[in-house]
Amino acid sequence: MEAFFAAMIVAATPLLFAALGELVAERSGVLNLGVEGMMLVGAVCAFIVALSTGSTALGAFAGAAAGVAMAGLFALLALGFSANQAAAGLALTIFGGGLSGLLGASYVGVPLPKAQPLFPASWAEAIPYGKAIFGYDAMVYLAWASAAAIWWFLARARSGLKLRAAGDNAESGHALGLPVLRIRLLAVLFGGAMAGLGGAYLSLAYTPMWGEGMTAGRGWIALALVVFAGWRVGWAAAGAVLFAAVTQLQFYAQGWGWRAPSQFWAAAPYLATILALALLAGRRTAGSAPAALGRIFRPSS
Amino acid sequence: MTADPSPPSSPASAPARSPLFEARGIVKRYGNFTANDHVDLTVLHGERHALLGENGAGKSTFVKMIYGALQPSEGEFFWEGKPLRLSGPAEARRLGIGMAFQHFSIFEGLTALENVALALPPEPLAALEKRVREVSADYGLPVDPSKPVHALSVGERQRVELLRCLLQNPRLLILDEPTSVLTPQEAETLFRALEKLSAEGCAILYISHRLEEVRALCSRATILRRGKVTAEVDPRATTARALAEAMVGAEILDVKRPSGDQPRGEEILQVERLSLPADGPFGVALKEISFALRGGEILGVAGVAGEGQNEFMDALTGERRAPEAGMIRIMGSPAGRLDPTGRRRLGAAFAPEERNGHGAVGEAPLSEALFLTRRHEAGAMGAGGWLSRAWAAAETRRIRARFDVRAAGEDPPARSLSGGNLQKFLMGREIARAPKLLIAAQPGWGVDAGAAAAIQSALRELADQGAAVLVVSQDLDEIFALADRIAVISRGRLSEAYPAAEMTPERVGLLMGAGHSSPEAAA
Repeated sequence: MEAFFAAMIVAATPLLFAALGELVAERSGVLNLGVEGMMLVGAVCAFIVALSTGSTALGAFAGAAAGVAMAGLFALLALGFSANQAAAGLALTIFGGGLSGLLGASYVGVPLPKAQPLFPASWAEAIPYGKAIFGYDAMVYLAWASAAAIWWFLARARSGLKLRAAGDNAESGHALGLPVLRIRLLAVLFGGAMAGLGGAYLSLAYTPMWGEGMTAGRGWIALALVVFAGWRVGWAAAGAVLFAAVTQLQFYAQGWGWRAPSQFWAAAPYLATILALALLAGRRTAGSAPAALGRIFRPSS
Repeated sequence: MTADPSPPSSPASAPARSPLFEARGIVKRYGNFTANDHVDLTVLHGERHALLGENGAGKSTFVKMIYGALQPSEGEFFWEGKPLRLSGPAEARRLGIGMAFQHFSIFEGLTALENVALALPPEPLAALEKRVREVSADYGLPVDPSKPVHALSVGERQRVELLRCLLQNPRLLILDEPTSVLTPQEAETLFRALEKLSAEGCAILYISHRLEEVRALCSRATILRRGKVTAEVDPRATTARALAEAMVGAEILDVKRPSGDQPRGEEILQVERLSLPADGPFGVALKEISFALRGGEILGVAGVAGEGQNEFMDALTGERRAPEAGMIRIMGSPAGRLDPTGRRRLGAAFAPEERNGHGAVGEAPLSEALFLTRRHEAGAMGAGGWLSRAWAAAETRRIRARFDVRAAGEDPPARSLSGGNLQKFLMGREIARAPKLLIAAQPGWGVDAGAAAAIQSALRELADQGAAVLVVSQDLDEIFALADRIAVISRGRLSEAYPAAEMTPERVGLLMGAGHSSPEAAA
């Protein structure tokens, strides 16, 4: 059970990064469908940097930076040129898939030392279930710490209030003197950094290697989680854990004597997420979508 | 109907009657269109000054420049005699210029308190909440600061907007059409607060198309027409009619009212025990609505937002179906289960409140807007079932000529028309069909006096030709100007319809507020 819990937390981490980043971008009113592309580019850049420098931390940083660069491209199109956000996001995903494949072509199958746990092993052994608390690498703790920080930022900080205002009604925000486009730019870039970190976690820690398309749709799941969570941080984290738990279930279920076709296990995380989305969407999320989400805003002069 | 014009007291704090704010020769151009053409305006300390003008006269453009949201192309502003250059709204607020916008510039997803906090310098929310409660009690503007704005009524939303301005200790408060969606009682509350504010030395620049209000509240009025100042008058010394004519630059025709009882036609719309459950957490359930509408009469349904008005409209238009077909009958045919198109085929026509996005598609040209509601008409469909653009172009020209729809170009997109002109076009679109039944929501909302009178005359004319007309509106002036019978919708119930002659705004207001267990309660 301890192993299952730990595996679940690890599997949830890339989703958590990506979903949190997208959540912040969407709360500012920008729908960026390019999460998958940003994750892939983040993953491959993180892998290359970690392999050549030998530093996981530098790798993670490179992943975040690559995500920011990708998000900057999206922002140029969607905010700078007021392009349709859905189209720009989809283009980003396709571009990211191709670019990451190109950059990583000579790295496929090269092994990388796995990211080490942050805390000494003696801590994990000192208490019962210690591994489930102290057994993870630094990025896992970073993911959960940023969840708490983002919650605080959105709910309590004045700058978070401004961000939500930009996502609720850009015209009113502009009339009040809020720098709506700058707020959205920062939110999109932050979303890029988080997606990049999510990708980096995959190639540095989850399966420490690079493979083309290795995100396997996690960017899309992160997008769905944001909706399913009603744009709230706590629910997004819960959704990431749920998806990860069902993903990990297939590896443990057989040991527990549960029998089902492998296709069922492959589909189960998606089914569970869709089910949760369908059950929760009607009641909880009604009215909580940022009102200006996906709407193009051009400030008048 | 409005506040007693109490003489403005001269506050000790401000220099008596010296100019607080001055605009000299303000010009604002958009391309080769001049929205403001050398506008001069002076606001004195503590003065209540009205800015009047038709839709598209340039009022909103002008006040946005005062607030720093737009920059003038030419001309200068002065603040207490010193030249004023505003980099943006934040600077205007620092100086003490507050503005409450026409379409509330508030954030529906945030709480009332958060809305207020956004416009103020940083301050702990708990301390701010205390101040909000104090100011709201002080000025008689009750609001629950912790409620999300989407759960507030229109009147409450406006109070939020006003509180936000008041907390900035403004020295000049700009109000853009503040009462257009308020009940008489709410408007009264607003005027009390404004009078108190100006007595304390704050100057008020009040934009409204409700001339009676301007006459009751303001001591000076500047009138704009097509971007130019045409007059500066004392509104108390002139009649509302003279003011309206100065705005429009032409005489305004009276809406012909039928004299007393005139013969009514047959029943065209019958609604019987219509009930509908609420649609979502903020919807209102309709409860056992029954009424009948005859040809030749106009029924006015008064009611503020959030009392079931929208649901009532949706049920009548067919955007939501009734549980049973027989609950709604149009020309005798059961229509409760029909969609809007089906109901149109029975002879009904609908004009929704929201013009862009509901009545018309903003990006699409006017001629295409015709097809939205009239594609089944003879002529609309040409050979082989293709939509006839020639028909649409000709019909668009006819409507524009008949209803004086002013817009640039032969077939402009709906979005480019001013609110009043788009409304004239959309009402024209429905009226030109010569429907048996016309159901219109807020036909005069945000429309200037001239256009409102034109729309009202057209509705009257339609009724005189034998059609039944139902007008749902929050604007009591409009209801009283039009309706033969008046009913009030409140908490999803429709009151009995009383002859207009027996109704007063106060009685309607009571019916609105109290719910209506019995007509005596409101009499």
